[in-house]
Amino acid sequence: MDVIWDALGDAFNLLFSGDAETFEIIALSLRISLTATLIAFALGLPLGMLLAFGRFRGRRLALATVHTGMGMPPVVVGLIVTVALWRSGPFGGLDLLYTPSAMIVAQAAIGTPLVAGISAAALQQIDPDFRVQMQALGASRLRSLWAVAVEARLPLLAAVMAGFGAAVSEVGAAMMVGGNIAGETRVLTTAAVLETSKGNLALAVALGLILLLLAFAVNLVLTLAQQRGRP
Amino acid sequence: MPRRILILLGLLIALAPVAACGDDDEGGGSESSDRAVILATTTSTQDSGLLDVLVPAFERESGRQVKTVAVGSGEAIELGSRGEADVLLVHSPDDEEALMETGKAGERLLVMHNDFVIVGPPDDPAGIGGMSSTAALERIAQEEAPFMSRGDDSGTHSLELKLWDEAGMKPAGSWYQETGQGMGATLRIADQKRAYTVTDRGTYLSTEDSTELDVQVEGEPRLLNIYHVIDIDSSAGPRVNAAGGRAFAEWIVSQPAQRMIGAFGREEFGRPLFVPDAGKTEEQVAKAA
Repeated sequence: MDVIWDALGDAFNLLFSGDAETFEIIALSLRISLTATLIAFALGLPLGMLLAFGRFRGRRLALATVHTGMGMPPVVVGLIVTVALWRSGPFGGLDLLYTPSAMIVAQAAIGTPLVAGISAAALQQIDPDFRVQMQALGASRLRSLWAVAVEARLPLLAAVMAGFGAAVSEVGAAMMVGGNIAGETRVLTTAAVLETSKGNLALAVALGLILLLLAFAVNLVLTLAQQRGRP
Repeated sequence: MPRRILILLGLLIALAPVAACGDDDEGGGSESSDRAVILATTTSTQDSGLLDVLVPAFERESGRQVKTVAVGSGEAIELGSRGEADVLLVHSPDDEEALMETGKAGERLLVMHNDFVIVGPPDDPAGIGGMSSTAALERIAQEEAPFMSRGDDSGTHSLELKLWDEAGMKPAGSWYQETGQGMGATLRIADQKRAYTVTDRGTYLSTEDSTELDVQVEGEPRLLNIYHVIDIDSSAGPRVNAAGGRAFAEWIVSQPAQRMIGAFGREEFGRPLFVPDAGKTEEQVAKAA
């Protein structure tokens, strides 16, 4: 248990002594995971709409595939992205492996099915007549989709939070495609793994606590936006 | 059909990589003349903290950027042979020689050594303290005392397998377990399970404070842990940064780098973790040890 008390002290010190390295790691974690969440949302929401409202053969099969993707192990995603970004791989020429961009790609790939799956479920909750009415009133297809999305904004924000949570907390893919390079691709999760294997357990737990604080801050902002106008 | 959605979706997919690229401001180095050097190395050099000293010094002096990927020696050598890394700092002699024979590597230079030790619970339940390494392993197997193997094709793992081989045994049974993790993590598991394990001394010393494990067997020529640097030849893959790899290899065997290696750990652990060996032969190292 000493480790936990030491960790609380370490976390406090890291945050309030203005340790430059810690803040660099926090900023990088935020930058990578927020960008990945944004991409996951930009891809996942239209995909969710397509799965919820589209009428095409294989829709249910596609939906089941997306649902499976919601539980995809980050290590598998990391492995696929790594192989694709290898110098000898199809995207080797981009020189992206072991860069923050590669981590964004991997985390976006992890988040997209989550956003798509939750969005599809959220949108299907909306009364189908709502869209018909909108269009009957002369709204364009895009306009009526927008109205449905606004109507489903609470669960859609939940989808964003789930996507961000998955992105910021995963370690397997971040380690593999980022390489945990100090000052460049070392984020909170990979730093915690490194400190664990170095034997600095208190420091590792402290990094974990900071990660929790960070996730809380982001989710607080999103939740306040979601619950606007409610006590 | 919601054609607009499809168009939108296609547009987003097309734009996503652009957005991702634009975000890479620290420079993954897109100019081909000055690309980052990818150093594939073992977990032991990273967990001991040595790389945190060496890599920034090299970056300062050469103006090149280094990306360190710490994996087991087996994986590091595999990355090298595929041309995914530019230079290796590894400690798995047999695998290294196999790589040299493929012709995909430039030069293999001796950098430094420390030694492997067998560590175990302080009360030494199998009673191996002071034995030779092979006799100790035989005793551990006889007593079926818990033993943690890395099981990850790392340099330490292949040395451990070699020791079992020399003891004429094939370890198996519920007492022999594989962690599949790095050295630091394996030491911690061995500590918690009151098990024996083979470790390099550097990682052991750097985690000594947080475990109860004691050194039980040490000081044999066959326990020598020798690190070589190998630069990868451009024939290994189309995008190998051979010049960068060679620059790092030449630097790490240079006087200033060797001095840093010799001094590393003295402050924190009271003794250096590695002995610098540039310019020596393996025989000379073995004799001096």
